[in-house]
Amino acid sequence: MSRIDFDIAHLLAGSLVLISFLELYQDRLYALLNVYALHALALAASVAWQAFVQDAPHLYVTATIALAFKAIVIPVVLHRIIVRLGIHREIEDVVGVGPAMLAGIGLVALSMVVMLRVTHGADPLAREDLAFALSVVLLGLLMMVTRRNAVGQVVGFMSLENGLVLAATGAKGMPLVVEISVAFSVLIAFIVIGIFLFRIRERFDTVDVQVLDRFRGERG
Amino acid sequence: MTFNALTGVLVVPAAAAALLAALPNYRATARLNVAATTLTLICALSLFLGRPQPSSYLLVDDLNGTFIVLTTFVGFTTSVFSLSYIGHELEIGRLTPPFVRFYHAMYQVLMFAMNLALVANNIGLIWVAIELATLTTVLMVGIYRTPEALEAAWKYFILGSVGIALALFGTILIYMAARPVVGEGLDAMVWTVLITRAGDFDPALLDLAFVFLLLGYGTKVGLAPLHAWLPDAHAEGPTPISAVLSGLLLNVALYALLRFKMLLAVNTAALAPGPLLVTLGLISLVFAAFMLYRRRDIKRLFAYSSIEHMGIIAFAFGMGGPLANFAGLLHMTLHSLTKSAIFFAVGHVAQVKGTRRIGDMGGLTETNPVLGWSLVLGVVAIAGLPPLGIFMSEFLVVSSTFARAPLLAIILVFGLLVGLAGLFLRLNSIAFGEPRGTNAKAQASYVPMFAHLALVLAAGIYLPPPLVAWFQNVARLLG
Repeated sequence: MSRIDFDIAHLLAGSLVLISFLELYQDRLYALLNVYALHALALAASVAWQAFVQDAPHLYVTATIALAFKAIVIPVVLHRIIVRLGIHREIEDVVGVGPAMLAGIGLVALSMVVMLRVTHGADPLAREDLAFALSVVLLGLLMMVTRRNAVGQVVGFMSLENGLVLAATGAKGMPLVVEISVAFSVLIAFIVIGIFLFRIRERFDTVDVQVLDRFRGERG
Repeated sequence: MTFNALTGVLVVPAAAAALLAALPNYRATARLNVAATTLTLICALSLFLGRPQPSSYLLVDDLNGTFIVLTTFVGFTTSVFSLSYIGHELEIGRLTPPFVRFYHAMYQVLMFAMNLALVANNIGLIWVAIELATLTTVLMVGIYRTPEALEAAWKYFILGSVGIALALFGTILIYMAARPVVGEGLDAMVWTVLITRAGDFDPALLDLAFVFLLLGYGTKVGLAPLHAWLPDAHAEGPTPISAVLSGLLLNVALYALLRFKMLLAVNTAALAPGPLLVTLGLISLVFAAFMLYRRRDIKRLFAYSSIEHMGIIAFAFGMGGPLANFAGLLHMTLHSLTKSAIFFAVGHVAQVKGTRRIGDMGGLTETNPVLGWSLVLGVVAIAGLPPLGIFMSEFLVVSSTFARAPLLAIILVFGLLVGLAGLFLRLNSIAFGEPRGTNAKAQASYVPMFAHLALVLAAGIYLPPPLVAWFQNVARLLG
């Protein structure tokens, strides 16, 4: 693989990690959704580049799904949902921006150390892609932990899935079954979550998960 | 492709799901549900007569043959139980006909997903199937639409998805490890290919992959400290689903873990997966045993008991070796049968008493002798007292551990005794003493419950030699 191919793949995967950091400190739902759309866009570009470099045309399908579904349809629909729920004002974080960013940096460092040490046998592109992918996955998890708001958690989960797609496309020649299933599972997951959000809205007039906690099974 | 038993196990539930979603008449569909599970069970049993060659996607061997028969059998009896249970829920208006239609369709989708996970020969396909099973159960847990049910479903969904995501990352890492050895493409995800070549894989990658898989599928097994979703999901969903979750879905996730454990066992340079399973198993056992004492909700009580038993099973498979594996398999089978029987009883108890709070029910053996004594028998079985089957499997786990790691055996016995006392403490207030709570007439179908308990009792008294030989063979496979 030529030097420039490698660098571009690197750039795209790295930008995905950076956008994950951007997501971490967004305190407005609108802004969060916009950043998520950017995240999905970077994923689509990265997957398309992998398809080109690996000469694997089926990966273009995955890239198209990422572009159309994750970068456009989901953010638009979620925008409409939060308007209808009337929660497009601020969202609160459990921990502040500073600690969250520090924890994020720690997680990225962790995934670099783990992945680069473990995979020294693999080819350089795959191994660094995998390290970036693990960072994105861990940052998604961190975001799910730091958000109280149900929509925020869902966005965290979706960026986690983006990290998985990055990992799957980075693994050269991985059978299509997995890529389609990932895209498909996001679709299903999204429908499920959509239903849930509406039900939760009906019952509690909020999508704040902390309010849900009041109804824990075993009080009294 | 010609029709064979393997396709039957998959096609019957899938077709039934489509049919049940389309038909409006809920009385007929409830019977159709039973018919479909019966047919699936017949297909599963006929796998013993002749099994197809493994393909790149599907595989039947001795290991998953055991799981398939167990799954389809409990699926069948649960559908019989659900016939009367759902009828009652309709009568008191907790469920409306559209929800019942949805429920039956989802029941078949769940059966399909679990069977697919069991017969999959492709590590990607296993993942897809378990993801599908998770999503269906999320929908079923939330079906009552009460605040508690929604919270349980939401929690289960979030924790389950994170677990599933970690498992996918582990699956990708396995592929990365296999690619340099097996080559690119489909073969590097086919389990039967992987197992023959796993000796040459990069051990560091395999180790890392297994850690992710253990965390991911371990969440679905309900091993502490990854169990947080389990009690809520069991308590808030319809009782037939609690029975299927406890009796089957936890097993299916464990089965996936066992397949990957076998891969690691082939590679001598990779870390030994046993100690990890042993540690998680013991933590689950002791933790859940103590948690039994403070339960106020009858379904949560038995949900924690499931965590306890999954801990014992994970422990047994973690110890490995022919005897411990044999004990683990036997324990898993008997636990599935007993726990689903208990949930059948609990479902009717909750309907009779109109509540799930243990404090509001009492004297069950006096007011409803058949139901009460069946519950007592079930709890005696699950607590591991002779002459019922679980006593024997627990005895085998303990004795095989004493021979190899006495210290671990002491912790194990301690956990078992704490759990036993906790269960009986709660059982005492439910089954005996002054009758409390309402006392509606039970229109129960006792047959599934009796069938399960009879099997457990029979296993405790006499295990037929062919079954023993079969389990020993599978135990050898597991290494």
